[in-house]
Amino acid sequence: MPELKTGARLKSTVCDGEIMVVTTPGGDIDLTCGGAPMVDAGADADRVDINPDHAVGIVIGKRYINEAESLEVLCVKAGEGSLAVDGNLLLQKDTKKLPKTD
Amino acid sequence: MNIMMLLEMTSGAFPDRPAFTDGSSGASLTYAQLFEAAKSRAATVRASEAQRLVKLDVSNLGTPISLFTSAWAGVPYVPLNYRLTDEEIEALLQRVTPAYLVTEEKRIPRLGALPDVAPIHTGAFVDDASHADSLEDTWSMDPEEVAVLLFTSGTTGVPKAAVLRHKHLVSYILTSVEFASADDNEAALVCVPPYHIAGIAAILSSVYSGRHVVQLPNFSAEAWIDLARSHEISTAFVVPTMLARIVDALEGETSADMSHLRSLSYGGGKMPLSVIERAMKLFPDTDFSNAYGLTETSSTIAVLGPDEHREAEAASDENIRRRLVSVGQALPGVEIEIRDDEGRVLGPGERGEIYVRGEQVSGEYEGRGSVTDADGWFPTRDAGSMDTEGYLFLEGRADDVIVRGGENLSPGEIEDVLLTHPTVLDAAVVGVPDEQWGEGVAAAVVPRKGAAIDVAELQAYVNEHMRSSRVPQLMEVWDELPYNETGKLLRRVVKAKLAEAVVS
Repeated sequence: MPELKTGARLKSTVCDGEIMVVTTPGGDIDLTCGGAPMVDAGADADRVDINPDHAVGIVIGKRYINEAESLEVLCVKAGEGSLAVDGNLLLQKDTKKLPKTD
Repeated sequence: MNIMMLLEMTSGAFPDRPAFTDGSSGASLTYAQLFEAAKSRAATVRASEAQRLVKLDVSNLGTPISLFTSAWAGVPYVPLNYRLTDEEIEALLQRVTPAYLVTEEKRIPRLGALPDVAPIHTGAFVDDASHADSLEDTWSMDPEEVAVLLFTSGTTGVPKAAVLRHKHLVSYILTSVEFASADDNEAALVCVPPYHIAGIAAILSSVYSGRHVVQLPNFSAEAWIDLARSHEISTAFVVPTMLARIVDALEGETSADMSHLRSLSYGGGKMPLSVIERAMKLFPDTDFSNAYGLTETSSTIAVLGPDEHREAEAASDENIRRRLVSVGQALPGVEIEIRDDEGRVLGPGERGEIYVRGEQVSGEYEGRGSVTDADGWFPTRDAGSMDTEGYLFLEGRADDVIVRGGENLSPGEIEDVLLTHPTVLDAAVVGVPDEQWGEGVAAAVVPRKGAAIDVAELQAYVNEHMRSSRVPQLMEVWDELPYNETGKLLRRVVKAKLAEAVVS
């Protein structure tokens, strides 16, 4: 269970999914994708089987938060696995549509 | 966190989409080409052992390549103002060595002779053939790394280098832009200078939304209109003086069709009400947004959106109608407060200094650290007020306040009244030396086309609307006011000229 740092990039071990940590409550966090722990994006890791209950997928450019909104991640590569912390699935964050300003 | 990641995402999603087109040469890059260009130039920059990548040139394909190359190589990107004198440029350049310098060919003999400067001309930098290797390492994801050093235009003293870290820029983009939100036929026309924060924000916002950017290196209303039409531009950002010129040029045409222009945003200075009203009539189908931001806040912190423009324009309630000259409300994740000289937070309608806080706010200068307070609030040095709904009104720089006989007068407040007079197109109010009061109120006013300004009558008009202390004791009629290229009124120039008139 690696300590999550803001800005860190992690990859899934069940699919091509990758995320970046936007906000973290600090300390060790059990972040999984498709039911399997996520690993540092630069690390070598074997593919493992996806947990079918964690297989809705993640969408590039979408942000995901936990219930308490203390953890926020950005999906930077899409995948078939769903994100979860301590077994609880993360929620997709709604973004307010803003006018283009630059 | 790294701005390279924003480009990686878009390049992965839309590799063959046009990313940047140089409006003057017509040369173009797709998103995949931009990504690969950054990768190979990052190897070149690493090999040079430079600690900064400096770009000294007009907007061209070398601009986005430089920005992303810097991010990949892990050195700050430093765009310099090419309008400065050679001496000023050399002084700034020597503050950022060892530097890899991307510049015009004609500057290389002189600047390349400086110590620790490795120059390359923009053409060679953009040419793939000049870069044999690609960087195998990926970029750093450390959010604290410095992405950009921007020299602020500081009106007095030595220019300060504002420090923007990857965390500030990425945070700004993630909260204000939706990934891949641009349709494949959308194009943005970018005419702000590359060394201005608006130029950097334009690159990052467009890249993250997957939009095609058409660059206009040297602004003229005619060139802007030509490019807007030939590329069927859908979105653009202009400063107030640019919009005034575009409106002037289009009003002379029989058909001012610009129906492909879906959104037009403006900022960088105070927009005269008459200009925005004329623009809204010329482009009835265009969404207007007014953005307010600073270098130190990674660009925009407050926006007046399209619906608010229409609502304000149609309103009969004066309190809603005047929102048309506001800069709107704070962006999500940004907090704004108005404070007095003692730091007390002021209520609605009260004028004071604008303070801002949020993830995108840096407030840091190289060699001086951060000027934010213990709670993260950055003093903007801009004066303003907020109404009951949080709409922010700018009142000029905090330093521009006129102190007349112990009373603080806001130039913006007096300018607003002058601008409501039917003969006045533009107005600047400044303090001038006064034996009796310490400072007196002086104004330079510009007449509307075909109108003549009667100074005595205009003074009487101000007196009808404001206390007599605010009536300009000196008023001159000018053909135009001095603005810099990003639309900021050069108040010190007005002040110097009017102060001379007082003496003589």
